Amino acid sequence: MSDASTLDVINQFLATKGIYSLVLILLFLGLYGMIVSNNYMKKMMAMNVMQVAVIFFYLCFAQKEGGMIPILNGITTDPNLYINPLPHALMLTAIVVSLGTTGVAIALLMRIKETYGSVEEDDVLRRADK
Amino acid sequence: MSQHFPVLIVLLPLTAALLSPFFSLMHKQAGKWIAIAALFGAFLCSAGLLLQVTADGGQTIHYWMGNWMPPLGIEFVVDPINAVIVTMITFVALCTAIYSTPFLKKSNWLYMGGYYTLMALLCVGLSGMTLTGDVFNLYVYLEIASLSGYGLIALGGNKGTLAAFRYLLIGTIGASLYLLAIGFMYSMTGSLNMADLSVLLQDKMDSPLIIMALALLIAAFGIKMALFPFHGWQPDSYTYSHPGAAPLISGAMSKVPAYAMLRFFFYLFGAQHLFVQHGLTVIGILGAIGIILGSVMAIAQDDFRRMLAYSSVAQIGYIAVGLAIGSLYGLIGAILHIVNHAFMKGSLFMVIGGVQYRFGEVRISKLGQIGKKMPFTVFTLCVAALGMIGIPPTGGFFSKWYIMLGAMQTQQYIYVAVLVLSSLLNAVYFFRVLENVFINPDPGLKEINPPAGKLELPLQMLIPIIVFGIGILALGFCNEAIVDGIIKLGLPEVFLR
Amino acid sequence: MTITDIRPFLAVGVSLLAAFLIMFSGKKPNVREFWSVAAAFIKAGLIFSMVPAVLAGNVYEYTLFQVTDTLGFTLRTDAAGMVFACVSSFLYIPVSFYAIGYMRGHHEKEQTGFYAAFAVCLSAAIGIALSANLLTFFIFYELLTIATWPLVFHERNEEARFSGRKYLIYTLVSGQLMLAGIVAVYVMAGTLEFQAGGFLTIDMAPKWVLQMLFFLMVLGGAVKAGVMPLHGWLPSAMVAPTPVSALLHAVAVVKAGAFCVLRLIGFVFGPQLLSQIGAATVLAWFAAFTIIASSLIAMKQDNLKRRLAFSTVGQLSYVVLGAALLAPLSILGAYYHIVAHALMKITLFMCAAAIIVTAHKDNISDMHGIGRKMPITMACFTIASLGIAGMPFIIGFISKWNLALGALQVSQPFYIAILICSALLSLSYLMPVAYLAFFKPNTKGEFQTYGEANKFMLIPICVTAALSVILGIMPNFGPHLYDLASMAAQSITQGWIGGGW
Repeated sequence: MSDASTLDVINQFLATKGIYSLVLILLFLGLYGMIVSNNYMKKMMAMNVMQVAVIFFYLCFAQKEGGMIPILNGITTDPNLYINPLPHALMLTAIVVSLGTTGVAIALLMRIKETYGSVEEDDVLRRADK
Repeated sequence: MSQHFPVLIVLLPLTAALLSPFFSLMHKQAGKWIAIAALFGAFLCSAGLLLQVTADGGQTIHYWMGNWMPPLGIEFVVDPINAVIVTMITFVALCTAIYSTPFLKKSNWLYMGGYYTLMALLCVGLSGMTLTGDVFNLYVYLEIASLSGYGLIALGGNKGTLAAFRYLLIGTIGASLYLLAIGFMYSMTGSLNMADLSVLLQDKMDSPLIIMALALLIAAFGIKMALFPFHGWQPDSYTYSHPGAAPLISGAMSKVPAYAMLRFFFYLFGAQHLFVQHGLTVIGILGAIGIILGSVMAIAQDDFRRMLAYSSVAQIGYIAVGLAIGSLYGLIGAILHIVNHAFMKGSLFMVIGGVQYRFGEVRISKLGQIGKKMPFTVFTLCVAALGMIGIPPTGGFFSKWYIMLGAMQTQQYIYVAVLVLSSLLNAVYFFRVLENVFINPDPGLKEINPPAGKLELPLQMLIPIIVFGIGILALGFCNEAIVDGIIKLGLPEVFLR
Repeated sequence: MTITDIRPFLAVGVSLLAAFLIMFSGKKPNVREFWSVAAAFIKAGLIFSMVPAVLAGNVYEYTLFQVTDTLGFTLRTDAAGMVFACVSSFLYIPVSFYAIGYMRGHHEKEQTGFYAAFAVCLSAAIGIALSANLLTFFIFYELLTIATWPLVFHERNEEARFSGRKYLIYTLVSGQLMLAGIVAVYVMAGTLEFQAGGFLTIDMAPKWVLQMLFFLMVLGGAVKAGVMPLHGWLPSAMVAPTPVSALLHAVAVVKAGAFCVLRLIGFVFGPQLLSQIGAATVLAWFAAFTIIASSLIAMKQDNLKRRLAFSTVGQLSYVVLGAALLAPLSILGAYYHIVAHALMKITLFMCAAAIIVTAHKDNISDMHGIGRKMPITMACFTIASLGIAGMPFIIGFISKWNLALGALQVSQPFYIAILICSALLSLSYLMPVAYLAFFKPNTKGEFQTYGEANKFMLIPICVTAALSVILGIMPNFGPHLYDLASMAAQSITQGWIGGGW
């Protein structure tokens, strides 16, 4: 009896908030990686993970059960049957922005590698202080 | 024509930014001039906009992009307050663009074109952030400003590259948190338009999601405006950024997020709600700690630019405290300080940039008797230093006065004490600079760029320096016009704390 | 009657303009010093031209612009302000002549900066005198603080740097606390407009808040006026060139501090409120203590300028004491003592500097017999010394007499004892100098190579010394300063019945 209700609760949670928990975990993984890793390249990749988490977040809340892709297909014009396309459009922009950020980051990283001969944070900082 | 001013402010520099490298390829100077011309155009547009918006008693101007009606379309909303801030941004950008020309004398066409592209893009990003009435659009402009800012910081040399990369990591966290915050708001309301959001959010203000959004916004804008404890990126970035671009970076880049914060807290949410008040209290405490800590750290520096960077942490604290007070006078003080500080910090970076250009020296202890060689620069240095301390009649005094007045009226005496203490700490490090300049013997600096004629610096540098010096005084004398004629027209009295 | 007239601003602006011109004519000393002198004459002319109307009960007022959203940048020539304005603008003339003689005789460096800062100081002093509200007052007050700083570190050595720091610490800290006080007053009263008799009332805040506020604000004045224990910066500032000391001690800075106390007591808090909250009594104790203690310290100083500096500390506390006694006559005495002390102390300092420039002597113990070589200088010195001690027929007597009467008015004869005691003490530290100079033989065989000081310095000394005698006999000579002072005192106390007289 109690097992069944616990399962219900878990199912309920997974159904409503489960995906958001995963997004949250992904976000914090990214943040964690940015903070703890010593390698600038890894930091940058963790940054990308974090950005992806945010993008997932938008995509998740844009989901709707039984929604169609938002294309006028002659079946119906009832907006409730369509998925809201706006978050996806927004995230296209956000992906472009994150691409730009990554590009700049890599360019800077190459310069850092050229100058300091390393992308390990403690090496770079030690050489920068000289 | 004049109804298109809002978009022209963004469009002109954007066009110039894209064209600048190609023009530079054709003729080395052309890219520079097109960027400067575009920034000048943007400045004229923003000044015209300011006149328009204040002329009829502060009627808000809405500009619909592509004539799409909000909330579906993106709109630019111009009220007196952001008109004055955008005028400030374009003016600082224009002066900085002119000021930085001597630094680029020896560079090749690519560097030249790229530099002015970044400069114009930074102006685009900052003006767009200020003007836009759409929260997602704000994100895009925030990233434009940030990315061009990273570029300009990286141009400052090897250490600049490192500082830029570290700033990029932290700045991206800030931007992502902002995106998350507006995601929450969008999922609650289904709108991205600020005016629309503020209506739709009013009956949802006790939802726990709002707490989340508020916390994320504080962190996001806190990072971007270098509010304590998110200021870690700032000292290195300001110190090692390109000396020509430093006035714009230090003057405007951290102020615009502060204004955006004001906009979110007072226009979008409304400070009468309990959670928002708690959020403001947090901002106020962080600001107060930042004021003290930044000032103390500034005292410990010998590098003039680093000292200024820490002092920025403190000055951002003033703005944060002004917001946190949340009364009419607190907000007036905060907005006035956004403008004042842009001028003061910008001029101080111009001064040290000038010294760096001529002597290659940035250490405070090496500035002895520099007034003999650079009298006008030292004049601006004095005015700006007095402004930072808050000695009347410079602009800095009056922003402090309004913030103090607000704190006293709402009986938040702790802020008064913090402001008094901070003025004294400011006095310690700025009078130390002045003492070094006036009393220390001449350290015999080597001229790396000796002046060609009678002038102490090239005219392109000297004019912005003098203009800023006089501007600080003018802001002090004209603060009543700004407060009564502009800020008070735009403040939403219903949303005050 | 209030007359709208821009002259108060012209009087302030003329020396600011002069400072500007001085900065740009640093290469031509004669032109530079012409600006300085011309500004002095124009300024004094402007101020004195307003005296008759003020005596007739009119007030010139002008608002240049709104300085904040609610407060104007306003100057107004009430009687109280005119006393201080007349003194400082008039004494600017002899000091600026004298400065020329001193700076050239002493071959000082950085003269351009010196004259410019000097002119700005005078502007600020006039602004302080004529301010119509507390914010305008504070603006000029801080301007004075900043403009004096370059004068203090003028010598540009380690000692000067140290005294500059000391000066800034004292004045900036007190200035910022005063600012907090001003903001609090504004929030409480909704106005900062000076009003004879004060604009704060007892029902505006709890008693302890008002008391705290009073001390917070008076601190700003007391530091500049050198009330003990806040006098530390004043003797250190002695490293500055002597015309600066003369200016600091006699005309601008310390007087501005004393005037600030008078303004606060008379025009912000008002004697009535102060007697209700009892805060002025504490100030009076501090002043009385300062009067005695500073005289005792002065006796021990061998450096003439330092001795005079401690004498200044004591004399300024007369003004503070007069204000703190809250009696009509004591306030009159306080205002008139601003005039009296200015004339006497400027004479003393100019004499001291004349000795330094001519004979290169700083210490009193080296001045044996100097009066035989510099008889005129030392005669003036003696007159001024007697005046400081309160000798009848010299100006110091008039103010002290009124102070004593004021003490009687509020039945506090204890303060009369203080005054008498201090008079004797000042005789004992100033008269020995005159005695040494005239009657001790010159044992070391010096003083052969020079005679009297040069004319640029001597004439100003004679003028101020003569004036202190003339005003001692006819207190209303010239611009009727005595009448102005008594008008000011009356306007402050007239609305208050029940003060015990």
